[in-house]
Amino acid sequence: MSTTTVIAAPGAAPRPGRGGPRRVGGGLLDPRQLGRSLPAALRKLDPRTLWRNPVMLIVEVGAAFTTVLAIADPSVFGWLITVWLWLTVVFANLAEAVAEGRGKAQAAALRRTRTDTIARRLTGWSPGQPAPTADAVAAPDAVVAPDAVAAAGGAGERVSVEEVPAPGLVRGDIVLVVAGEIIPGDGDVVEGIASVDESAITGESAPVIRESGGDRSSVTGGTKVLSDRIVVRITQQPGESFIDRMIGLVEGADRRRTPNEIALNILLAALTVIFLLAVATLQPLAIYTKAQQPAIPDSAALTSHGITGIVLASLLVCLIPTTIGALLSAIGIAGMDRLVQRNVLAMSGRAVEAAGDVNTLLLDKTGTITFGNRQARGFLPVAGVGEAVLADAAQLSSLADETPEGRSVVVFAKEHHGLRERSPGELRAATFVPFTAQTRMSGVDLADPDAGAAPETGVEVRRQIRKGAASAVITWVRQAGGTVPAELGEIVDGISAAGGTPLVVGEITGTAAAADTAAGAAAHARVLGVIQLADVVKSGMRERFDEMRRMGIRTVMITGDNPLTAKAIAEEAGVDDFLAEATPEDKLALIRAEQAGGKLVAMTGDGTNDAPALAQADVGVAMNTGTSAAKEAGNMVDLDSDPTKLIEIVEIGKQLLITRGALTTFSIANDVAKYFAIIPAMFAGVYGGLDSLNIMRLATPESAILSAVIFNALIIVVLIPLALRGVRYTPSSASALLSRNLSRYGLGGIIAPFVGIKIIDLLVQFIPGVG
Amino acid sequence: MSTSVAGVLAVALLVAALFVTYRPFGDHMYRVFTGSRHLRVERAIYRLTGVNPDAGQRWGVYARSVLAFSLVSVLLLYLLQRIQEHLPLNLGFGAVGPALAWNTAVSFMTNTNWQAYSGESTMGHTVQMTGLAVQNFVSAAVGISVAVAVVRGLARRRSPVATSAGSRDDLVGTGDEIGNFWVDLTRTVIRILLPVCVLAAIVLIAGGAIQNLHGNRVVSTLAGGHQAITGGPVASQEAIKEFGTNGGGFYNVNSAHPFENPTSWTNLFEIYLLLAIGFSLPRTFGRMVGDRRQGLAIVAVMAALALGSFAVNAAFQTAHHGTVPVAVGAATEGTETRFGVPDSALFASGTTLTSTGSVNSFHDSYTSLGGATLLVNMMLGEVAPGGTGSGLYGMLVLAVVTVFVAGLMIGRTPEYLGKKIGSREIKFASLYFLATPAIALLGTGIAMGLPGERAGMLNSGAHGLSEVLYAFTSAANNNGSAFGGLTVNTTWYNTALGLAMLFGRLLPMLLVLGMAGSFARQQPVPATAGTLPTHRPQFAGMLGAIAVIIVALTFFPALALGPLAEGIH
Repeated sequence: MSTTTVIAAPGAAPRPGRGGPRRVGGGLLDPRQLGRSLPAALRKLDPRTLWRNPVMLIVEVGAAFTTVLAIADPSVFGWLITVWLWLTVVFANLAEAVAEGRGKAQAAALRRTRTDTIARRLTGWSPGQPAPTADAVAAPDAVVAPDAVAAAGGAGERVSVEEVPAPGLVRGDIVLVVAGEIIPGDGDVVEGIASVDESAITGESAPVIRESGGDRSSVTGGTKVLSDRIVVRITQQPGESFIDRMIGLVEGADRRRTPNEIALNILLAALTVIFLLAVATLQPLAIYTKAQQPAIPDSAALTSHGITGIVLASLLVCLIPTTIGALLSAIGIAGMDRLVQRNVLAMSGRAVEAAGDVNTLLLDKTGTITFGNRQARGFLPVAGVGEAVLADAAQLSSLADETPEGRSVVVFAKEHHGLRERSPGELRAATFVPFTAQTRMSGVDLADPDAGAAPETGVEVRRQIRKGAASAVITWVRQAGGTVPAELGEIVDGISAAGGTPLVVGEITGTAAAADTAAGAAAHARVLGVIQLADVVKSGMRERFDEMRRMGIRTVMITGDNPLTAKAIAEEAGVDDFLAEATPEDKLALIRAEQAGGKLVAMTGDGTNDAPALAQADVGVAMNTGTSAAKEAGNMVDLDSDPTKLIEIVEIGKQLLITRGALTTFSIANDVAKYFAIIPAMFAGVYGGLDSLNIMRLATPESAILSAVIFNALIIVVLIPLALRGVRYTPSSASALLSRNLSRYGLGGIIAPFVGIKIIDLLVQFIPGVG
Repeated sequence: MSTSVAGVLAVALLVAALFVTYRPFGDHMYRVFTGSRHLRVERAIYRLTGVNPDAGQRWGVYARSVLAFSLVSVLLLYLLQRIQEHLPLNLGFGAVGPALAWNTAVSFMTNTNWQAYSGESTMGHTVQMTGLAVQNFVSAAVGISVAVAVVRGLARRRSPVATSAGSRDDLVGTGDEIGNFWVDLTRTVIRILLPVCVLAAIVLIAGGAIQNLHGNRVVSTLAGGHQAITGGPVASQEAIKEFGTNGGGFYNVNSAHPFENPTSWTNLFEIYLLLAIGFSLPRTFGRMVGDRRQGLAIVAVMAALALGSFAVNAAFQTAHHGTVPVAVGAATEGTETRFGVPDSALFASGTTLTSTGSVNSFHDSYTSLGGATLLVNMMLGEVAPGGTGSGLYGMLVLAVVTVFVAGLMIGRTPEYLGKKIGSREIKFASLYFLATPAIALLGTGIAMGLPGERAGMLNSGAHGLSEVLYAFTSAANNNGSAFGGLTVNTTWYNTALGLAMLFGRLLPMLLVLGMAGSFARQQPVPATAGTLPTHRPQFAGMLGAIAVIIVALTFFPALALGPLAEGIH
């Protein structure tokens, strides 16, 4: 799992790991960012921009209204309220601007890679025809002379080369890219092979190989060819390249509101209307109330004309859900941003939301659940052979075996039998026998250190050790006159049945001559035992799948293995189900079956034959190493090509929704305290009894109302980091999650403003004209 | 036995009775709405009206049927009142004036039964029996039908295979139909309301309620004066008045009248009747969605809100600091000595928690905070347990809103009973919980802004404001109980309150049917460990809290200038 990032968020410290192995976190908020985003926040005051956010638009209208009132009838109280109402809108815009600003910095770096590129477009080229040589195209602006083409290709056809800026390329154009150049656009390699540096988009510095045909043919615009030259067919329209989409997404420019965001907006609008009505209809009631008691003098809040406009606007702004209204779009932008930081590119916010809802996760076995190669899991000796002897022989035979399987035998012997890894050089007269397809064995011939030289003959006693496929080793031992115990068959079959691969270890000891003839009386051949090789499940997978189960997500392992092997691995990894000997059609059928039951399915894939399944899945994550077809079909691309990323994507999707829900709850819960501040401030003058509602004992009506307004504005700023980072999500059951978030944001939302308003009141009461 | 002990016993008895009937009555209603057989009399009705009882209706058709039926009801009722002088058994009463006739027609069609008139001096037997009593039945049935349709929308599991009408065990078709309004209406009246009301009327007659067709009888009083006593079919009307949560009394003083509510035990029986459907429908809901625990969760929230509200109300009534209440131990003004303060408080709570609005004591005379709890009961949207049907669908809308907020907090697109709550569903739900408070607040605000209408108040100051607030809250929520004090038989109030009742009834119905239509179209999502469980105390608690908080936030300013200003010292 890579922790590198595309481009570090501006001003953010290098991401320190991830706070925990599976905690979904986010970038940090730098105070300087607030300052930098201020101009953008002020520009967003334009009502034409703000109308998309009805809650904040109402606040702006209220602020404009109080401005007029404050100008007409200036007072310290009136002006303070006016200023803070404007600040409320500015803070809301600031949240959005900060979220967008982080993306913009990323986008700027990406854009640099795009604009400078000049492409060499080939015309008249067709596959199979050799492309012009690098020399031929070295001359700028040159139309390659016919004879040059003839010299290069000999086909006599006209292949002309022209230089065009990268944005001018359209789908279907053929371009030539040579070592040291930037690939001008997304496409497929149609000829050649090259190593490509994709660090611009993946952050991964190790070059990758791209070649025509197969599943490694796709290249991304903005990446750099390091060696050789390739001919690329562009598969994108201008302005729709990967990088363009990334820029659009991180900038929030083409951010469309997601279904859930729209639904939440509707709820917030309804609440706003209710409070608008509650405040508007309060006016005739207040006028009546005041008229009933003409002896009571007018106050800053209530006159014989009813509640003053400034107080009415303050009450409205305090009641409508400004906190969530202000932070809603920032939450959405930051959610996408968190994905980008994890090198995942989502084509739409809708897909991110869907990820939080996923019921079924299809995971490829290889690379996701297991390490993708077989590793030693045990040494099973035959009767009469000690396990240590087998371990020693197995280790010796694998010392020079550089295959992952061979390395794993050495590692296993060291970890489980304490056998020190011996370097090949320290063994006396050792000859290593490499694996060949004919012998299907590998091993070592060496002087037996225990026997030493045979004293009577002076002929060195040699020991030959072989490991390999059961049939090959058995034949080898039998030919040397050894016998094979019957139990070997049982051990071998047992391992196969459990999904593992058996490697039989045998040895022949004797004089070199005897051993070489493999028939001498001095030779002693025997089978030592079996090395059990198996797919090794990555550590922590079982816990992870248990977590998934608690979250209500069913995991299905997809593998090309036979059902027996698949079952064994599925059980070991703790997945809920598996699909063995899976063909692309099987995958598609499985997804359709799950969806027919109303489930949402997520999967990863890379090959062209995965494309239909990726398109069918609700969340299809294509690997960046995969083909263009796969990338087009999925709705997310993982630039790290890390299949376990799917699990993180699910968590980010959930976190996005949780953050919205938590801040909505917090916002509504806040209203309780604001009522206790404002209602007594407005009416305690008329009805003395209502002063007992002033449980915070706020100093004066003016200070109470002002404190509520200030709290309402400041809480937005306080919560910006939370909106950007997201509420912490730890996988657990729905009930446990709800309890935790309810107590934190519901109960906390009720209590926090009581404390906050009181503290602010303690300060503002010293302002002349307020206190 | 002190009155408070009697009060506690009465509540215990009531809870026990509702508990005992929850299952059988809820199951009965479940069978009524899911059975495929038609009774002979029902088939006759369908033939007569040209209804195909086996055809399902989509939400739009269902809603249009409700609207059409409501329109016809209002027109008929209006007509009957306007031509009363020509009707038999009119007891000599003339035609009812246009404004009052409109108000009364709307009032009975909407299950509000707000009465701007006194029954015994305005309506003859024919209007009472063929107009008002009929509406008592059908308006209750319309509410139940809509609730059942909403539940069908939630319960709907779309099956791609069309089955023939004969083999269905469910009235619902195979598309996104949510039932057939005419069938639901007919079955509710014939299989639920009529049988119970016949029994209940007999019980009430046994308890002393009258049932005759007499006109006014002039009797000599002990003091030697003369008094006209109006007789009539009281017991039968009383039964449906309570059972259908209507509340329109035969007499002006409603259930405080000895002919309507003769004794302490008939009082308790009437309270039981008005709560019975509301508290049993959640069982029907649970059965229909295939998970009885869902019904239990809903009924638990209803019961907790109801008991809590009653306890608060009774506490304010018995422990008030006024001079007279302290002297006699409770706020007895406006209560019948036959019932005492706790039983009156129980009746008042029951009638405002449902959309009944019948009274056995005078809410205007309640202590200011006691009266405030009655107001809040209605402001809750009458969901604990609410009017017949309307209480259930009101609670389901609140559940949808609760699930939406709670669902987000667990990181999933919210879903209720496997149905996703998207923007369309939340739009309907939001407008629903917006509609009634908007009507109540706008009505109050306008009335308080008009000097002529303010003059209708009996009291000045905060209490007068409470009277107007109560009137519009009662009308918008289709309760029909009156705080009293306010003179409402004026053209302005008759018209305004009539509009409040009409929109307060039909707007929420249309919106909730729209929501049901959206849900019906959806293929349900299977529940997993990641799904928010909606049958646990956690969710029930949150649902109750959301109901209370939304009301508190919406109405707190208005309440502060009314009952709270008066009550907090």
